[in-house]
Amino acid sequence: MKRYLTRKILIYILTFFFAVTIDWAIPRFMPGDPVAVLLSRFATLPNVAEHLHSYFIQAFGLDKPLWEQYISFWNALLHGDLGISIYYYPKPVAEIIKSALPYDIALLVPSIVLSWIVGNWLGALAGKNRKMDSYLMPVFYFLTASPYFWFAIVLAYLLGVKLDLFPVSGAYSYGIIPSLSWAFIKDFLHHWTLPFLSLFLVQLGGWAIGMRNMIIYEIEADYAHYLEALGSSERLILKHAFRNAMLPQVTGLALQLGLIVAGALTTEVVFSYPGIGYVLMQGILNQDYFLIQGCFLMIILNVLVANFVIDLLYVVIDPRVKYSYTGGE
Amino acid sequence: MNRGVGVVSMKKLLGAIIALVVFANVLSSGYVRAEELPRDETLYVGGGLWSQPNNFNPLTPWAAVTGTIGLLYETMFIYDPLNDKLEPWLAESGQWVSDNTYEVKLREGLKWQDGKPLTADDVKFTFDIAKENGGVGWAPIWDWLSEVKVVDDRTVQFVFSQPHYEEWTYWLYNVPIVPKHIWESIEDPISYANTENPVGSGMYKLYKTDEMRAIWIRNDDWWGTKVFGKPAPKYIVYVIVYSNNVALSMLVKGDLDWSNFFIPGVPDVKSTYNIVTWYDDKPYHLPANTAFLFLNTQKEPLNNPDFRRALAYAINPEEIAARAQQNQVLPADPTGLLPVPVFEKIKAKDLEEKYGWKYDPEKAIQILDSLGFKDVNGDGYREFPDGSPMKFEIIVPYGWTDWMEMIRIISEQLAAVGIRAEPKFPDYSKYWEDLTKGTFDMAINNFGSQVYATPWQWFNWVLYPDVTSVGEPSYSGNWGRYKNDRVTELLELINTEKDENKKLQYYRELQEIMLKEVPAIPIVYNGAWFEASPAHWTNWPTEKNPYAYPISWNNYWQMGGLKVLLGIKPVKSSTTSQTTTTSSSEGGGICGPAVLVGLAVVPLLLRKRKR
Repeated sequence: MKRYLTRKILIYILTFFFAVTIDWAIPRFMPGDPVAVLLSRFATLPNVAEHLHSYFIQAFGLDKPLWEQYISFWNALLHGDLGISIYYYPKPVAEIIKSALPYDIALLVPSIVLSWIVGNWLGALAGKNRKMDSYLMPVFYFLTASPYFWFAIVLAYLLGVKLDLFPVSGAYSYGIIPSLSWAFIKDFLHHWTLPFLSLFLVQLGGWAIGMRNMIIYEIEADYAHYLEALGSSERLILKHAFRNAMLPQVTGLALQLGLIVAGALTTEVVFSYPGIGYVLMQGILNQDYFLIQGCFLMIILNVLVANFVIDLLYVVIDPRVKYSYTGGE
Repeated sequence: MNRGVGVVSMKKLLGAIIALVVFANVLSSGYVRAEELPRDETLYVGGGLWSQPNNFNPLTPWAAVTGTIGLLYETMFIYDPLNDKLEPWLAESGQWVSDNTYEVKLREGLKWQDGKPLTADDVKFTFDIAKENGGVGWAPIWDWLSEVKVVDDRTVQFVFSQPHYEEWTYWLYNVPIVPKHIWESIEDPISYANTENPVGSGMYKLYKTDEMRAIWIRNDDWWGTKVFGKPAPKYIVYVIVYSNNVALSMLVKGDLDWSNFFIPGVPDVKSTYNIVTWYDDKPYHLPANTAFLFLNTQKEPLNNPDFRRALAYAINPEEIAARAQQNQVLPADPTGLLPVPVFEKIKAKDLEEKYGWKYDPEKAIQILDSLGFKDVNGDGYREFPDGSPMKFEIIVPYGWTDWMEMIRIISEQLAAVGIRAEPKFPDYSKYWEDLTKGTFDMAINNFGSQVYATPWQWFNWVLYPDVTSVGEPSYSGNWGRYKNDRVTELLELINTEKDENKKLQYYRELQEIMLKEVPAIPIVYNGAWFEASPAHWTNWPTEKNPYAYPISWNNYWQMGGLKVLLGIKPVKSSTTSQTTTTSSSEGGGICGPAVLVGLAVVPLLLRKRKR
C-alpha cells in the first residue's frame, strides 16, 4: 500500500512540474506584447503611451531575461503568489480565480456526478433490455460524438434563441443583486440550466455506452451463466454484473476528467459564463501571461487532485489493486 | 443493493448537490441582502465596459472602469465637441496670466464625497503625485511643467518651463483631481485598485461591482447640484454586454436604456421599436473618429506618394459606408478631418479641392500605368516594373465584423484596378504587434483620431513624428511610419504657439502635406454609436435637442456623458416602483427549476414502471 502511494505521488509531482513549466512557457511563445495590448485601448498622447509602456514592462518584470523570469515564477508560485493580472490590472490572479471558481464547481460537479449516475443507469437499462437498446443507443452515440462547444451552440440556438426558454449568456440577470432570495436562486438556475445541460448530456452518452457494453459482456460471463443455472433471480445476476461493470467506469472517469474540464471551458465561452474558462479566454485574447498561467495551473491542479482521489478510491472498490501491491499479506 | 434504498439515496444525493451548489455560489458572491434596483430610478448603460470592473484608480485611466473619471472623479474642465467649447467644471475659470503661467480659479463650495472641502491643495497634489510616480497617466507633463503653485484655497497656478498650449488644453479636461487626504497615505498608488468605498467629488458614488457590471449610486450631497442641478437616475448600472445581438435585444426589450455599442441592423429596426438615435435618418450617429487605411510607407512600393495616391483613387468610401456599416457612418473626405466644429474651423476646403481626390478607378489605373506597374503575366494583377509579383495584406483584428467587411470591400476595390491586397484577420494581439512594429502592409485603425479639444492632437496622432525603425515598437499613431521633417516642425510650432492666426496657417500647411503625400487614406468617420430606449427614460439628446454628446466610453463622460445624466428624465415618477427587472423573464424563470425537477423525477418514474 505504501509502495503504491509513494509511486503514485512521485508520478504526480513530476507531472505537475512539467505541466507547470509548459504552462509558463506557452503564453510567452505567443507573438505580441501584453503591456502594449493593455495600453492600446486607451487613446492618449503617443508620448504618454510610450512612457507608460516602459514603466509597466518594468513593473511586471518583463524586461528581465527569460530564465530569470522562470525562476522568479517558481519562487512566487511556491510562496502561493500567482502574480497580478495585466488585463484585469491591478487585480491579483488568485482573486480572479477565486471569484471564478464557484461557477466552475457549479457546472462541473453536478454535471459529472449526475451524468455518471444517470448515464450508468440508462446504460444498464439498455444493456438488459433489447427493445430499449435499439431506441437509446443512437441517442447515446449522437450525444457522445458531439463536441461540447457544438452541442452548447445547438442548445443555445434551439432552447435559447428559437424557443426563448433560457438566457444564453451570463450567470444571472443584470438587474438583480445576488442574495439568498428565491428570486435570485431562480434567476441563477435559469441561467445555469443551458451550460449545465450541454455538459450533462454530452457526458451522459459516453457513460451510457460504456455501461451498456459492459453489462452485455458481464451477463454473458461464466459466473452469470452459473448463477442462472443455479436458478437465481435475474435481479441477483444483474446486481453482480452491475458491480463488475462499474470498475471500468471509474477508471473511465479518471481518464475523461481532462476532457470534461476542457469541455466546461468551451461551454463557458459559448455561454459567457463567468468561470475559469471564460476568464482564460479573456486572458488568451489579451495575452495576459499571468492570468493564463494561473488559470492553467488551476486546471492542472484540479485534474491531478481529482485523478489522485480516483486512484485512491480504486484501491477501495477494486480489491485486486490492493492485492497486487500488498501481495495478499 | 436494495432498490428502494437506491431510489432514496439518489433523491437525497440530487437534492444535496443542488442545494450545495446554489448555496456555495450565493455565499461566494458575498452578498446576503435581497435587493432589486427600482427600475424607474435605474439607468442601464453599456458600451464602454469590456472586462470585469475591478479598477477605479483615476491615476491609471487606461485601466480604470469607465466613469471613474467623470462620475466619481472630476476634471477641472469639460469639453463640449458639439459647440467646440471648453467649459468650466471644478474650475470656475482658467486663463494664461503670462506666456508660461496658467491660472485656475476653483468654484466655491467644492467638496469630496466624504464631506471634506476640495481645495487648491488637492489640485497641486494631483499633479505632484505624477512627478513622483512614473505610472500616473499624466506623468510626462513634468517634461515641460516646472511647478504647481497654490495661491490661495481656490486659486492655483501652473508654471511651465516650456508651455505646450495645445497639449495643456487636453489635460485640462482629462486630469481627474484626486483627494490629497486619502491618496497621500496610499503606499503604491499605481497598483491600488481603489474598489473599497472610493472617495471622489463627482455626482455618483461606487455602489457595487461584480463580474459583469458596475453599479453607481447618486451622490445626493454633490457640490454641483446648485450649479448644474441633480442627475435623474438614482442608480446607474453599467453592464458588460458580450455581443451586439444581446445588446440589441436588451435595447428592444427596454432592459438597456443607453447603448454605446455599434449595433448592425439598427437602421432596420429603429422605427419598429422606437429606438432613439442622434439623427433619425442616415448616418444616425454623430462622428467620433476617423478610420484610416494606414499604408506602410517604409515598404516598396507604398513608399511612393504617387502609388499611395493611386490607391486613394481606387477606394470608394461611400460603398464601404453603405455595405460594411449600413450607412451608420459617413464616408471620409480626403483630409480625414471630422465634420465637427473644432475641425471645421481649421479645414482648408480650397486645398482639398485642389490636391484632394475622389473615387475614380480610371484615374488610379492611369497613375499605376504611368508608374510602370503593369500586369505582365496576365493573371489580372499588376506586377512591379521589374516583373516581380506584387502582393499586399490588409489587416484588422478578428471578430471586428464591420472592419472585416470594410477590408473585404477595399480588397475588391483594389482588385478592380489590378492590385492584389488580401484581407487578413489576425487576433487582436497579433494585429497590435504588426501595427506597432511596422510589419504590416495595410491596416485599418482609428485609436487616436478622435474628436479632441484641439486639432493638434489629432494631427499629432496621425502624423506622430517620433518614428522608430521597422521592428522597433512605436506606441501610438502614424502606423505607416511616415517621415517628414516639416511635419515634425509644424507640430512643434502649433503646440508652442499662442497666436491663433499663425496656428491656422500651420494647420493649412499640414493639410497640404497630407493631401499631397497621402501618408494614410481616410476611409470613414466612425460613429459615436448611440442608441437609447425610450421605455424608462426620456429627453435623450438628439439632433433636434442637441444638449450633449451622448457617449459613455472611458474619457467621454467629460465630453458629454455627464450632461446626458443631467438632461434625461424618468418616464414614470419614481414613487411607483414595483416593476422589477426580473419581471420580463418571469415566464422563463420557472424553466430552470423545472428542468431540475424533471431530471430528478424522470428516472424515478421509469424505475417505478418497471416494478
